[in-house]
Amino acid sequence: MKELRNSVCIVGVDESDELGTLPHKSMLTLHLEAVRNAVRDAGLKISDVDGIFTAGQHSPATIGEALGITPQYVDGTTVGGCSFIIMVGHALVALHHGLCDVAVVCHGESGRSGVGVTPRRDTALPGQYEAPFGFGGASTLFGMITTRHMHEHGTTLEQWAQVAVSTRQWAALNPKAKNREPITIADVLNSRPICYPFNVLNICLVTDAGGAVVLTRADRAKDCAKKPVYVRGAGEATEHVSLTQMKNLTFSEATRMSGTKAFTMAGVTHKDFNHLMFYDAFTSGPPIMLESLGFCKPGEGVHFFDNGRSTPGGSLPINTNGGGLSYTHSGMYGIFPIIEAARQLRGECGPRQVPKCTVSLVNGMGGMLSAAGTLVLSSEK
Amino acid sequence: MDLERPLPQPITPEAKPYWEGLREQKLMLPRCRACRRAFFYPRVLCPHCHAADIEWFQASGRGKLHSFEIGYQSFNKAFKVKPPFVLAMIELEEGPRMMSNLVGIEPDPKKIRCDMPVEVVFEKQTDEITLPLFRPAGGAR
Ligand SMILES: [Zn+2]
Repeated sequence: MKELRNSVCIVGVDESDELGTLPHKSMLTLHLEAVRNAVRDAGLKISDVDGIFTAGQHSPATIGEALGITPQYVDGTTVGGCSFIIMVGHALVALHHGLCDVAVVCHGESGRSGVGVTPRRDTALPGQYEAPFGFGGASTLFGMITTRHMHEHGTTLEQWAQVAVSTRQWAALNPKAKNREPITIADVLNSRPICYPFNVLNICLVTDAGGAVVLTRADRAKDCAKKPVYVRGAGEATEHVSLTQMKNLTFSEATRMSGTKAFTMAGVTHKDFNHLMFYDAFTSGPPIMLESLGFCKPGEGVHFFDNGRSTPGGSLPINTNGGGLSYTHSGMYGIFPIIEAARQLRGECGPRQVPKCTVSLVNGMGGMLSAAGTLVLSSEK
Repeated sequence: MDLERPLPQPITPEAKPYWEGLREQKLMLPRCRACRRAFFYPRVLCPHCHAADIEWFQASGRGKLHSFEIGYQSFNKAFKVKPPFVLAMIELEEGPRMMSNLVGIEPDPKKIRCDMPVEVVFEKQTDEITLPLFRPAGGAR
């Protein structure tokens, strides 16, 4: 596993031309814009791409066709929003073994406007065991995890709200973020109740957006346009899909396993990171991910958001793009924390730049902590 | 009368004994003959020991409220129960967990507690379909 460490680099990242509410653009358009922009960021051409990794409703074959290329390696692993994080690991292996030379991990989703979107498949389990009781949409499931965490650990609504407040402070510094005006804990607690324990400000945005990440082997990365970002470690795991099957609602075994694998490959420990990116579909997500990854004991993850610790100027910045809570969340958010981590490690984030950012963590979930992907990214070999 | 809830769709063959049991006001669960452990949802392999030798038995209908939420709006188009309503994850006495609704209690987070004892109530939807809901234990006495 250690031979994979630093063998591959992220050389290009970018979003679609626009993010937000885009009824004039199809899912495919968002997808292609992101690929073109990320390939350009790398100083490469679309014709250089020979590996396509994408999740969701577009198969990698569709993207290859639409780009007008014939990829020699494809991966369509779809295990929820973290699929793109997991695919950086898959691309790492494929590139390392020479199965392809330039890999693109890409995403496009008309999550808000639904332009060019086909209905979902496989409803046999939720159709029988969840929908008749009113379940539907992620907030009716992730809330179960959150209520149980409050019961077991005494976590409060105010503590979850602090996560939204902290993340919004970062969004204020990101011109691409959708919601940038400051909020307070009281704003979160007084916002519209959706599904207890969540009010609307505890829940991510729903936007139209695309994003892409270009990777190549470290030797070739030197010839690309920007400073390479090393993939130092990668890990993945899946535990459940139906939430009733999750062994412990307040601790994600998939997250723990993905983190252990990525940290071992990278040869790092928790204290080596100076920047953390988590998949924040809900305010309770990042604290539970911190706990499951072993950054702290179960129940203590919310303290990372106390006293400005994770906010601009804090000792351990978290979700510096403004997160799914305030920047963008198309539905499968996982590509965007990778993009932000790469930009921070390159030092190109302007007013939100984390000083001396050299080792960054990307951790994301698929479904309701059902699947997990972890990356350790580094500015130096 | 218009249905307030989406009917289970599709009913899969391996789940038939479950739905047939509910029609007779029985909460039936699958159990592995090899390791003797119950599980839910129904499937052809035991998720504990992976044996393929499954039997069905009638559960007690008692359990605990493992976790809950309060829905302040409808989250799927066919669900027309008036909000607020309580979305519930039940941990049955026999071990498995299932999703349901907690009824017979005010939908107020201050009045509902994780791990409170609950018992099944059967709510007939059609001649074919009855759903298992749960209420605080002893609620009908
Ligand atoms: Zn068994």
